Amino acid sequence: MKYEIISSGFGGQGALTVGKFLAKAGMKEGKNVSWLPSYGPEMRGGTANVSVVISDKEVASPLVSFPSILVALNQPSIDKFASATIDGGLIVFNEDMCPNGVKRDNVEIISAPMNQIAKEIGSIKVLNMVAIGMVIGKTGIVKYETLEQDLTAFLEKKNPELLKANLKAIKKGIELAQS
Amino acid sequence: MSEKVLMKGNEAVAEAAIRAGCRLYFAYPITPQSELIEYMAKMLPKVKGTFVQAESEVAAINMVYGAAGCGKRVMTSSSSPGISLKMEGISYLAGANLPSVIINVQRGGPGLGDIQPAQGDYFQATKGGGHGDYRLIVLAPNSVQEFADMASEAFDLADKYRIPVMILSDGLLGQMMEPVSFKPTLTAEEIAEKEKIHLDWCMRPNEDEPNHHHHEINSLEIDPNVLETHVLDLEKKYKLITENEIKFEEYNINDDNQIVCVAYGTASRIVKSAIDQLSEKGINVGLIRPINVWPYPSNAIKNVLHKKVKKVITFELNLGQMVEDVRLAVNGQIPVEFLGKVGGLVFSPDEVIKKIEDNL
Repeated sequence: MKYEIISSGFGGQGALTVGKFLAKAGMKEGKNVSWLPSYGPEMRGGTANVSVVISDKEVASPLVSFPSILVALNQPSIDKFASATIDGGLIVFNEDMCPNGVKRDNVEIISAPMNQIAKEIGSIKVLNMVAIGMVIGKTGIVKYETLEQDLTAFLEKKNPELLKANLKAIKKGIELAQS
Repeated sequence: MSEKVLMKGNEAVAEAAIRAGCRLYFAYPITPQSELIEYMAKMLPKVKGTFVQAESEVAAINMVYGAAGCGKRVMTSSSSPGISLKMEGISYLAGANLPSVIINVQRGGPGLGDIQPAQGDYFQATKGGGHGDYRLIVLAPNSVQEFADMASEAFDLADKYRIPVMILSDGLLGQMMEPVSFKPTLTAEEIAEKEKIHLDWCMRPNEDEPNHHHHEINSLEIDPNVLETHVLDLEKKYKLITENEIKFEEYNINDDNQIVCVAYGTASRIVKSAIDQLSEKGINVGLIRPINVWPYPSNAIKNVLHKKVKKVITFELNLGQMVEDVRLAVNGQIPVEFLGKVGGLVFSPDEVIKKIEDNL
């Protein structure tokens, strides 16, 4: 099993964090993982993105050119990476920020109004957690329980309210992906 | 080893250096190695260490000279343009036989270049860079775990040979997060024990000597006959290192290789991906990955040249630097090809596969 993921969005949407929590959970489940951010002077309004590999075998190249999973939190991310997504791959996108949607054949496409769902849950910050939920709900790449443990250790004392919102957002994402 | 944590290469090597007894670190910030300096700034005071953000790279390397002269485990780090600024100091460290660790998280050059990963400093690291006849031991990691492991290895080698040791990394390895586990932290007693081997030459208050005669640490020898002896002694040391410290990895090397690749650091990761994909197509390609790039594993390359190997191909993120060492090792026996990528870009496995297939 080998997943090559690109997660992408505007700075501040939490695209890099999507990758980080997936990679961390993969590591906790005994997989080989890598997390490689794009860094440097990104143009305002452009994309911040991260390459994540989660694999049973040693990760050779950590650079993802052709993702098997694309998480697109905004339209420029779709414009940049949708065509590179492999046939049979998965594209998860945020309806609220992707007015033109995705034009691609031979991939599975799931989407949700992530901004709106996050606001309903109580914090716009957790929109990326909806995306994580959708990815794991569709692919089973990592377990919900592993993410819950990790987030709990990270947020329980610092911000219990935000923890609750995060977990709720992941569960909502899983539910949406499976419905 | 500790439980695995997900960490950036820059932070992992900093943590590993502290665990290996580094209590003195002097540097000046530069992308893409700034997380390293941030980590040291935050963590060194917690272990009663000293971090100084120097006014320049030149100042930082000369602070290293001072601390190394006192027999302490000391480190500095920078990225390509900053390493160029340190070159005078590195030559002085080498000339004065001072153990120290220098990390280069390479970025695109020449000049200010850009801040993306590159391997354009191979010549500078392995062939000099500073003036005079000197060598550094140069370690070239290709993963976050290896980057971290090299911290303690670099200090041990520096101590063993009284030589500056460089870890030649790059922006990708610095910025990437991978799982890493750490060796246990050396205690103050263990650090003191390691530093004991320097007591017979380093600067220190010496109560045994009533006239407070201090050791002299210097790279200036005005008498040519004395300097000749000094440089020949350095040569002896470099020969000894060449005998003892060759280190490389063989990946899919076997008697049926059609092509043998040579690549180090980040480039080697991409080549491994390409080799795996080619092997699925029934094309048998091996890789020699130098782990230490000085001393260079020439014999490792020589030893895999047999009748079935048609060509050796070198892959680097530069215009062709290590390929010169590969050509010296192959010595005209078979053709040596090269694929480079510059500007801070990294070739994809597909580009590597194409280069290999074009040479079958």
